[in-house]
Amino acid sequence: MRIERRLRQPRWLFVAVPAGSLVFAFFASGLVLLATGHDAVSSYRQIVDAAFLNSGALGQTLTQATPLAFTGLAAAAAFRMRLFNIGAEGQLFMGAIAADAAGLFLGGHGWPTAVVIFAMVVAGCAGGAAWALIPGLLRAFFKTNEIITSLMLNYVAAYVLTYLIFNTQSYWRETKGFNASVFPTSKTLPDVAFWPSATLHARGGIALPLGAGIAVLVALLLWFLYTRTRFGFEAQVLGDSPRAARYAGMRTRRKILAVMAISGAVAGIGGASQVGDFSHTLDADPNGLQKQYYGYTGIVVAALARYNPLACVVVAFLIGALQNAGNTLQGADFPSGLVGVMQGIILFSALGGELLVRYRVRVGRTLPAAEAEAA
Amino acid sequence: MNNSLLVVVLASGVAYGTPLLYGALGELLAERSGVLNLGVEGMMLVGAVMGFWTVQRLHADTGISLAAAIGVAALAGTAMAAIHAFLVITLRASQIVSGLALTIFAGAAGLSSYLGNDLNLADNPARHSFNAVFPASMQRWPVVGPILFGQNVLVYASWACVLAVSLYLSRTRLGLNVRAVGEAPASADAMGINVTAYRYAHTLAGGAFAGIAGATFTLAITPQWVSGITGGAGWIAIALVIFAFWRPALCLVGAYFFGALQALSPQLQARQIHLGPTELWTNSLPYVMTVVVLVFVSASGARRRLGAPASLGLPYVREER
Repeated sequence: MRIERRLRQPRWLFVAVPAGSLVFAFFASGLVLLATGHDAVSSYRQIVDAAFLNSGALGQTLTQATPLAFTGLAAAAAFRMRLFNIGAEGQLFMGAIAADAAGLFLGGHGWPTAVVIFAMVVAGCAGGAAWALIPGLLRAFFKTNEIITSLMLNYVAAYVLTYLIFNTQSYWRETKGFNASVFPTSKTLPDVAFWPSATLHARGGIALPLGAGIAVLVALLLWFLYTRTRFGFEAQVLGDSPRAARYAGMRTRRKILAVMAISGAVAGIGGASQVGDFSHTLDADPNGLQKQYYGYTGIVVAALARYNPLACVVVAFLIGALQNAGNTLQGADFPSGLVGVMQGIILFSALGGELLVRYRVRVGRTLPAAEAEAA
Repeated sequence: MNNSLLVVVLASGVAYGTPLLYGALGELLAERSGVLNLGVEGMMLVGAVMGFWTVQRLHADTGISLAAAIGVAALAGTAMAAIHAFLVITLRASQIVSGLALTIFAGAAGLSSYLGNDLNLADNPARHSFNAVFPASMQRWPVVGPILFGQNVLVYASWACVLAVSLYLSRTRLGLNVRAVGEAPASADAMGINVTAYRYAHTLAGGAFAGIAGATFTLAITPQWVSGITGGAGWIAIALVIFAFWRPALCLVGAYFFGALQALSPQLQARQIHLGPTELWTNSLPYVMTVVVLVFVSASGARRRLGAPASLGLPYVREER
């Protein structure tokens, strides 16, 4: 048996390999379930019911898929240039903080809904981009490993979020009323700052949040940017071969900063959507937003989508369904953490499957004519 | 005197630094052979939960059950590292993405949390835990008492590990081969060194160290299981390897420095010392300092001269030299 590099990578493999990885991952996760004494078949049936079939399940899946689309796109935008921004978690928190401030301020001063929502999106972008530019600047000017710095800043962002609500009388914190004196909470946004949603199926409780629409728009923009513009081409070259890019006169530093800012901004809109679409407050509860790990799950989404922005949206929906099932079923016969295990196995399978995209496994020793010529 | 802020912070800095030290030593071994493993956090957490499980379920004397727990934790870490090793060495997957995948798979929202819930480990203190080795009279000696003699056996064992790894890499034939594999795998291969075997062995050894590092949390520092108990220590351990320029002895210095930073926050809060937004900066301090230290190390340039293995992160394929 030999493993040889493919000269040409057939297109169908780009779909077949992720799909095959998903199937393989389901079998492997089933083994984990069996090994820990659970009935795999009934667990899977419960997952499908909770993710798609039960009343209101699809709506919940969309709720989970929306932030994952943003964090997935954020990871894809950076990973494409081999810039490993794993700080989407913190950038999402920062986007949420900034968007919440914008919503509270403009909404409180009676601006119309459209303006408030637009300002919240912009603020979310700015918050996320600013947080992502810290590792970006350090990478561009000091060659500091962005993996570790962006990850460390996730913890810092979480502490900032907690601090704003729990340890100080900040602008975000509710100081009036009975509840606020019992337990620290954040202010609720004024009604004009609530993001609208499109009702798809009133009786089934399926509504498409505005954030999901924005995510699709962002995916289209990123797809255009990376496949149809010079910017995207240069980012790709810089990722594949930094030395070749430098000889060709591409500006490495500028591109690192731009890509990090884009990545952070996308994650930041995810934070804005959390505030505007779903919670309508700044969720600083250590068991709330911070326990969803949207930023890290975004890496799973991006890798499974092979860093393709359009595919990210589809994958985010599937992983969102899994996440939703995990949240709903959490309990004795569905221990929390199982969803993370399944996501990890999916990612491992996708990585292993990558071998089949880049190489062909050949049994026997004969060299086919086409490749003999090429050699 | 032994209650002064400095002594208390240094003494608990050694305790908090010990898991960082074990994790960094393991990562150093893997990286010296050319394999970057970003899954330390995940391997630590699985080691932590499995070590704790052993202590809770095994009915034996304190000494035996703690020794068994360390063994199980090391095995659990090794098993996690085996996934990474197979993916990056045999299947040639991206080391960065595979390491991230390992942390997602095993980490705070994954396997470690699943095992903790499924085995009902939360909300109970450990039945046995590591305690100070030396008699209380020695621990009362000024300054050195709490810092040097107030520690548990894992701390002293970690010093032995630093010495062992250091001698192994610099003074033995095997250690020399490891460095060759990490620096120039093609030349090592031509010399007849089995690159694949060396990389597997050291990645697995790195996993064992990470597993022990995790058990340090659940059996010594805070003897209980809480999901995500390591709180990013695995990542700090990876940063430490860079900070230490891939040298074991410097890992020791760095680990205690970051350990002391982690010890500072609870101490300041306990002593009611307030300086600005205290809760914010004391909690963030270890993470912010990791970033700051990394910037200094990378800005000082010439990483190669300072010891980064030349083939770190690159798969070795004999036909594609």
